[in-house]
Amino acid sequence: MNAPRKLKVATTSLAGCFGCHMSFLDIDERLLDLLEFIEFDRSPLTDIKHCGPCDIGIIEGGVCNADNVHVLREFRANCKVLIALGACAVNGGLPAQRNHLDLRDILAAVYVTEEGLAPGTQIPNDPELPLPLNQVHPIHEVVRVDYFLPGCPPSADAIWKFLTDLIAGRTPHLGHGLIQYD
Amino acid sequence: MKNTDAINAVLKRHGNDGTRLMQILRETQEALGWLSPATLTAIAAGVNWPRSRVESTAGFYSFFHTAPLGRYRVLWSDNITDRMLGNMDLMRAMCEKLWLEPGRVSTDGLVSVDTTSCTGMCDQGPAVLVNYRAITHMTTARVEQMVELIHNQTPVAEWPAAWFRIEDNIRRADILLTNAMTPGDALRISFARGSAASATLDEIKKSALRGRGGAGFTTGLKWEACRNAPGHGDKPARYVVCNADEGEPGTFKDRVLLTRQPDLVIEGMTVAAWIIGASKGFVYLRGEYRYLLEPLNAVLARRRQQGLLGENILGREGFSFDIEVHLGAGAYVCGEESALIESLEGKRGVPRNRPPYPVTNGFLNQPTVVNNVETFAAAALVAKNGGDWYRGFGTAKSSGTKILSVSGDCVQPGIYEYPFGVTVRQVLEECGARDTQAVQVSGPSGICLNRDEFDRRIAFDDVPTAGAFMIFNQQRDIFEVVRNFVHFFAHESCGFCTPCRVGTTLLKNLVDKIADGNGTRTDIDEIFHLNRLLQTTAHCGLGHTACNPLLDTLEKFRPAYERRLNLLKFVPAFNLDAALSQARQMTGRDDAGAHLEAAQ
Amino acid sequence: MSESSSFILDDQEIPFMPGQSVMQAALTAGVFIPHLCYHPEFRPHGSCKLCTVKINGRPATSCTTPAAAGMAVESNTPEILDKRRTLLQMLLVEGNHFCPSCEKSGFCMLQALGYELGVVAPRFSLLYPTRPVDASHPDVLLDFNRCILCELCIRASTEVDGKFVFALSGRGIKKHLVVNAESGKLADTNFSLADKAAQVCPVGVILPKRKGFAVPIGQRRFDAAPISAHVDEFKPVVSAQGERP
Repeated sequence: MNAPRKLKVATTSLAGCFGCHMSFLDIDERLLDLLEFIEFDRSPLTDIKHCGPCDIGIIEGGVCNADNVHVLREFRANCKVLIALGACAVNGGLPAQRNHLDLRDILAAVYVTEEGLAPGTQIPNDPELPLPLNQVHPIHEVVRVDYFLPGCPPSADAIWKFLTDLIAGRTPHLGHGLIQYD
Repeated sequence: MKNTDAINAVLKRHGNDGTRLMQILRETQEALGWLSPATLTAIAAGVNWPRSRVESTAGFYSFFHTAPLGRYRVLWSDNITDRMLGNMDLMRAMCEKLWLEPGRVSTDGLVSVDTTSCTGMCDQGPAVLVNYRAITHMTTARVEQMVELIHNQTPVAEWPAAWFRIEDNIRRADILLTNAMTPGDALRISFARGSAASATLDEIKKSALRGRGGAGFTTGLKWEACRNAPGHGDKPARYVVCNADEGEPGTFKDRVLLTRQPDLVIEGMTVAAWIIGASKGFVYLRGEYRYLLEPLNAVLARRRQQGLLGENILGREGFSFDIEVHLGAGAYVCGEESALIESLEGKRGVPRNRPPYPVTNGFLNQPTVVNNVETFAAAALVAKNGGDWYRGFGTAKSSGTKILSVSGDCVQPGIYEYPFGVTVRQVLEECGARDTQAVQVSGPSGICLNRDEFDRRIAFDDVPTAGAFMIFNQQRDIFEVVRNFVHFFAHESCGFCTPCRVGTTLLKNLVDKIADGNGTRTDIDEIFHLNRLLQTTAHCGLGHTACNPLLDTLEKFRPAYERRLNLLKFVPAFNLDAALSQARQMTGRDDAGAHLEAAQ
Repeated sequence: MSESSSFILDDQEIPFMPGQSVMQAALTAGVFIPHLCYHPEFRPHGSCKLCTVKINGRPATSCTTPAAAGMAVESNTPEILDKRRTLLQMLLVEGNHFCPSCEKSGFCMLQALGYELGVVAPRFSLLYPTRPVDASHPDVLLDFNRCILCELCIRASTEVDGKFVFALSGRGIKKHLVVNAESGKLADTNFSLADKAAQVCPVGVILPKRKGFAVPIGQRRFDAAPISAHVDEFKPVVSAQGERP
């Protein structure tokens, strides 16, 4: 009998700090066990720039700018299953703490009225730069999301339990100690 | 200081009694324009209440403002019937002429324009309240004149008197509205039945009269329960309260009853007082009917002179009863009887946990009867003519008549009194409704009937109603009707319980999403999910019935939703391209990368 | 205890004393019913609706419903758990609940109930309200972002402290906590850290200053065992008549 096909997994960090990715790496040597069952597509681990057809997409971070929207849509279009990994993807997290401020005030404060700015400083308007959204959004407000794994970051054990459940064909269940919001 | 004098005068008029806080706040605001932080502090000191409790009450009601809203406060009634008569276009025109955004105050602090929940002028809309005075039949010409008057700072009291004329529009009258009873007759005949009030209570019970406010509780049983309930504490008492908080959108029959038959209503209250043993009563009049306060007070004064109120009524030793009119301040939830009592006590209009019910623990924790305006008027007729006579009208299970407030798509909107059992079709024919698509009976919290149901009857055992009867013809978009109702409930939720406070807002957002063309099947499923939650876990009837318009019309007018749905499985609830607007504005960019497609 | 003074809660017989609510009887018997606005030392409020159960097939708030003999009460059923989950999700989107920076994380009942009921996602769009904090008081910080409007601080300040420091203003989704001062600032009230009202917040609104994150993760109140295992801490301290001591 042939060995089962490895599941393709893509990961990315949008408006996040890569802390969830670090926590993912914290599963340590179990990563090798995992690689028996999965292979990575687009991910900071592979440096593949665009997502191909995948079984599982893992999104860290919320949506704070236009580029985040494009990347998130690429993942949704290519991944059978999309997972919101960590507080920022789940509810906006730290970046969303700016949501009660007007973006125009923020840009003006940083690039115009701030003391000590170099002469000629202006709000960056290079078309290469993605524009920020008025507010930061959790990813379920922009695309359909299949699974949520909260935590800031979710612990390595939580990520391990979640992924091994998923790979084994079980609905992921965290239980006390693994489900955490902080 | 002038402000202090004004506040003190109001406080003195109300004996520095905190339970009269609603009246104190309203009269102070009428004198000073708004309720400033210092004003609230002064009032709190005056009634010897913690300031936090005074602020708590002031912040609850739409018609109290703790921020200045201009010397002219224009509020456009925003019931669906006002919308059908073009209120939104007129409000926009007014705002343009005043260089003003709705909800904002003009920079010179002169004027603000906003919407308000139905003001009960649906048969003569579009209607506005200007400084809480009702004006009907708004037109483009009236808007222009009004803007002129505001610009010239003409006092509202000097505006054209014709604008403030409220029509009764009685199109069909029956026993209640044709009645020409001599004031006092119901009392005299009641007294003649015997010195024990139980004889008249028996007549009320025999009449099978049921409450006209919507719930339909048997009046005789309610009065008997209150009569038998012991008073509490060292000052036991019982109270009679007339619920004239007619806040259900599309209802205006109590306004007409209080205009045309105030004696009947007050006599009904007085009979109730005699039966339950009360010496004090209140009419809780909705703030939108502020203009009725002086006429009602005049009727009360006349009845005192006639010996029909006050000490030893009609010479009957020991029977003393008097009535006061209390004004509400823009809160639909106060139509719920326990919320109304909270409001009468000067508090936020939040429905109480029940039991206990008001008949045993009501106003100031004393046994209290709360009935609708129409119920008291009918009770007066029963007291005069007897229960058997009253049962001669209507049907076996629904005795008497029902006054309908007819509005919407018909030739003759207005007041129609029918014996119970009348079919919806007959009402539609007699008011000149053509090509009718749907009728919303009993307001947003009631039932939406489609044309297959027009042979159903207005009666407690078929289509019960508190009185609203809003007609929509084939040209109307039922989805917009529902959307108006969903916004109404979100605005009027008291916020006490989680499901209603948050759920009505989530429902509003979902319906707006569908209106914007971004709704999906998933959103329809979510509406059902939320409605099931509200129906089972909300604290009071507002939350339970807030789902009715959605559930009713999703069942009967599903295409009205479906034709707006997006084919995609998922569409964001917010506009992604608009979410880049502020960054575009600040960077001056408009290239392709500075835009996002709404959905993909 | 006589045979008649008991009811059935999810197949378990629960004895009760006259005057006890369904919630009080269940907690006394060691059965946890999720709740936020209920507190053993205060009269029931019935606003959060987390404790909704079905009694003889009809939904009811277990903290305000008096126990009666022979009742059939359903609590731990898929249908009711789903409703409780949705109610929690409503509270989570209504306020700004950013647990990673909250001093009450690990002690918070909202969070603990989220864990208990397996709430992993907000489900709805977040409302992100603007709720400035009040840091005016020398000893206490008020972070309104986390307020769930349970009114426990109001009840404690009114009934125990006799100070009326807290009250509600606004209506509906705009309902919010206010303090007893013309300035609107806690520093201008007579609030003190020793007040009962400073001890009862089930979430992270009322916080002592200079005392954050004192307990390491892993040793906090709800770290070791889920909130349902803490049922003894919620047992009523009221007399049989349901009156406060």
